[in-house]
Formats: sequence, C-alpha cells, structure tokens
Amino acid sequence: MTLLEVKNLGISFGGLRAVDGLNMSIEKGALVGLIGPNGAGKTTVFNLLTGMYLPSGGSIKLEGTELVGKSPARISQEGVARTFQNIRLFSQMTVMDNVKAALHNKIKYNLAASFLHTPEYRRKEREMNERAREILQVFELEQYVDYKASNLPYGKQRKLEIARALATDPKLLLLDEPAAGMNPNETAELMETIELIREKFGVTILLIEHDMKLVGGICEYLYVLNFGTELAHGLPEEVLNDPQVITAYLGE
Amino acid sequence: MKKYGKQILYMVIAVGAYAAVMLLVNMGLLSRQMTSLIIPVCMNIILAVSLCLVVGFLGELSLGHAAFMSIGAYSGALVLKSGLPVVVSLPLAVLVGGCCAAVLGFVVGIPVLRLKGDYLAIVTLAFGEIIKSVFNAATPITGGAGGMKKIPAVTTYKNFTFVYILMLLVILLVSYLVNSRHGRAICAIRDNYIAAETIGIKVSRFKTMAFVISAFMAGMGGVIYAGNIGILKPVNFDYNTSIEILVMVVLGGMGNITGSIIAALLLTVLPEMLRGLSNYRMLVYAVVLIAMMLFNNSPMKRILVEKKNMRQAAKIQ
Repeated sequence: MTLLEVKNLGISFGGLRAVDGLNMSIEKGALVGLIGPNGAGKTTVFNLLTGMYLPSGGSIKLEGTELVGKSPARISQEGVARTFQNIRLFSQMTVMDNVKAALHNKIKYNLAASFLHTPEYRRKEREMNERAREILQVFELEQYVDYKASNLPYGKQRKLEIARALATDPKLLLLDEPAAGMNPNETAELMETIELIREKFGVTILLIEHDMKLVGGICEYLYVLNFGTELAHGLPEEVLNDPQVITAYLGE
Repeated sequence: MKKYGKQILYMVIAVGAYAAVMLLVNMGLLSRQMTSLIIPVCMNIILAVSLCLVVGFLGELSLGHAAFMSIGAYSGALVLKSGLPVVVSLPLAVLVGGCCAAVLGFVVGIPVLRLKGDYLAIVTLAFGEIIKSVFNAATPITGGAGGMKKIPAVTTYKNFTFVYILMLLVILLVSYLVNSRHGRAICAIRDNYIAAETIGIKVSRFKTMAFVISAFMAGMGGVIYAGNIGILKPVNFDYNTSIEILVMVVLGGMGNITGSIIAALLLTVLPEMLRGLSNYRMLVYAVVLIAMMLFNNSPMKRILVEKKNMRQAAKIQ
C-alpha cells in the first residue's frame, strides 16, 4: 500500500527552480533514502512535505489526503513528523517537556483544566508522563528527563529530536541528516535505533543522508536528487553504482 | 512527596505574608508611607507576573503593557463611579477592566503578533502612545489631560484582603498555566517556533492566547491602580510605566515567576525607602539595578545553577 504519493512537485525561489517535477511513491512501512549532492534540494523537499513552503505546483498525498495548502501544524496532525539538519530543540525546556510538548495533539485537555489543575489535568498529565517516558526509554534518554535540552551532549540532542518527532505519533517520519556530526560508532548505534523505531512504532521513514554507509546499510529504496530534479531511483546497490549518480557526487 | 512539600511551602509563605502585613498594619507598626505602598506592591506584582507570561514564557518583547493597564483602569473606574455598593462594584470593576483589556489585547494581538522581536517591541510601544492620545482626546468620558477625578478609593490598604487574593489568583493561574499543555506550547514557541509548528502547535493561536491572558491580568491591575490613586491621567500610562514593569520581569530573570514577584516588591519599595537620601536616591537605585543584573548573569550564579542540576541528575541515577 502506498503511504506517500508525490506528483510533479515543484517550487521556485526567484529564478531558481529548487525542486522541479519531482515524483515519489513511498510504500507503507518502507525505509527510503533521499540523497544527492549539496544544494540538490533535499531539505527543500522536506520543507514542502511539511508545509513550510507552499509549492508552485504539484500534489502531495498522504494516504489519499492532499497535504498541499495545509499549515505545518495541520500536516503534523495528518501524520507527518520531521527532524532538522541543524537541531531545533526547545532548548530552555527539559528533555521531558520537549517530548510532552509534542504530545500536544495526542493527549488533550482544555484551557480551564490548565488554569485550575483539575483532576482531568492530573490524569492526562500522568498519561503524558508515562507515554513520554516510554518513548524516551527507546532512546535511552530516561535518566536525562530533568536536564535542560541544551545541556545534553550533541548525539543525545539528535536522539531527543527523533523522540520528539515520534511523540506526535506520525505515519511518516522525515529525518534530515540524522548522522550529521556523529562519529562511526554513534552512526552505527543510530542505524540500529532507526531500525528499532521502525519496528516498534510501525512508522514509515524517509531520510536524507550523506553517510553512504548508513544509506546503503539500512535504506531499502533510494531517490537521488540533483539540481532539484530526480536523477535516479531504485534499490541502493543499483543506484549507488549508477555512473550518473557517481558523476553527480564526484564530478567527471 | 517532595512536590507537596513545595506546595506547602508556598502556602505558608502566602499566608505568612498576609498575616505579617495585617499584623503590622493593625498594630500601627508601619509608617503611613509604608502603608500606602502595600497596594502598589500587590498591583506591581500582578502587572509583572502578567507581563512575565508574554516576555518570559512567550518570548516576545511587549512595550505596551501600560496601555492594557490604562484600559482596565479607565473602564474599571467608570464602574467604580457608578455608585453601586463596593461589594458589587469592586469585583465587577475588576472583571470589566480585565475584559476590556483582553478584548483590546485580542484586537491588537492578531495583526501585531505576526511581527517578531524588535518590530513587535516598536509596534507595541506605538500602540501604547496611541491609547494614551485617545484617552487625552476623549475628554467627555476620560476627563482628558486633566484626568478622571473622584474615583472612589476602594483599593486602599483597608481592602488589602481583596487585592491580596486577586494577586494570589494571578500568580497561581499563571504558574498553573505554565505547567500545562497550553503553557508548554507557549514555551515551545519561544524556544523554536518552527519546531513548534512541525509538532502540531498552532503558533499564532497560542501567541494570541498568551497575549490576551496577559492583557486581561494587566487590566485587573489597572483597576487596582484606579481605586488606589483616585485620579487617572493619561500621562501616568506612558512608555515609562511599561518599561518599569518590563524591568521587573527582566530583573526577576525572564520566565521566572518568583523572580518577577521579588523584583516587583523591591522595585516598588526601594525608591520610596530611598526618599530619605533624596540626593542619592536615583544613584542607589541605579546601582542596585546594575548589581542585580550582574548577579543574574554572573558566572557564580551559573555555577550554582549547574551544581543544582548535577545534584538533580545524581538523584535520578
């Protein structure tokens, strides 16, 4: 079953055609990689998918629901979550509150309950704490619950960002260079974590990555972008040996 | 259990402060000057805590807090002057003042909150001046520059209990709100509004919400002011007033309610205490301000905070 169907997606910034005529189809439960040289438009695709940019044309369908024209908050509720290339945590909030903030639309109570800390508030907060702890345990962050997010070491901040994205209970998880700035050991650990969350949360994953070891190691399917257009797509072993792709990365 | 310990401590402080003030006033141990400061202290705490919601938790610099206060003050004063018995008119005035300010906060907030940082500060500053000019011009209702006179003095120290409860209510509601789903959304917007959007928080809605709640409470503070001072002049609500409240919030450590309360208390009492040293008053005031700022940003404080964090972490493990 297809989860995400992108058709003829495009966006221009002034005269620059950042993404042009992109078609993508992602199966439910898949782990797909989006690769390409610097400036190919990969992050722009993520920004389009999450509603941060309005495309100049094309359509994005998640399980048949059109996402184009919806606000980022609405798209999050439809089931798309993401992480950022440059980490964007709620730096002054605790690790726990970072995850609880992402449960915003999952466990709800009204403003009166917030003001008065009613029994409903207490019940729902307990529920939130339990859920947040469960998610943090997967990332081995449970002993840091009371840390300010900005006090975490870099690798753990990356993990927390993924944990926060998962708290929104997404169908599709977009990871923007999850291994950026990590050493080989951390990257290997991250690969395990990514496979684990796919099983545990039943989430479909699309990831941008430059680490070819990671991409070749865990992705089942690849899309290659160059100058905003699709250069190739297919199984990793085919795509990574495609002369066109090698040229795009390394030059003639 | 520790959580309850903290709650009990706050309750003891709240009741203790009330008892202490009542005792001192009734035993005649306070000078007239100090007695006259009781209500302004409560009022400034209300104003500082409400501004803390916008500046400290939402992270937006608003320089128009005095404007919301003035709307509350004038509309509340009209109710106070209506001749109803005080038992009715005072709570009603507080409610009306708060609502008028909230409505204005909503109307202003929708366009203004699209701006960020310096731009928002400038627009709120301008908004404050516009409101002041409107009150100056609307002579038939507000008395213009001459002021709205003969407002019944209902919020003097004799009605301390009412004002004190109102103040506690404001503190309680704001600190409850901050520790809730809605408060987390507001803080998330402060820390990173892009990330907040992508986890499904409707940014403009929560910004407006914080702004309106803050305006409501500022309006209530304005009514207390009107009932305390007896005469309202637009000039009392200029940007200096806004900045004075802002200084309390900044000194208290942005996003720290306890800090805002202490700063409001000190900054209301201190200038009066220093009246005796009239020549050096402003000098001492300035030195205290600078010293507090330095302490808030000092490495020593950072080390203390870090030690506290470490202890916390050690306990968890």
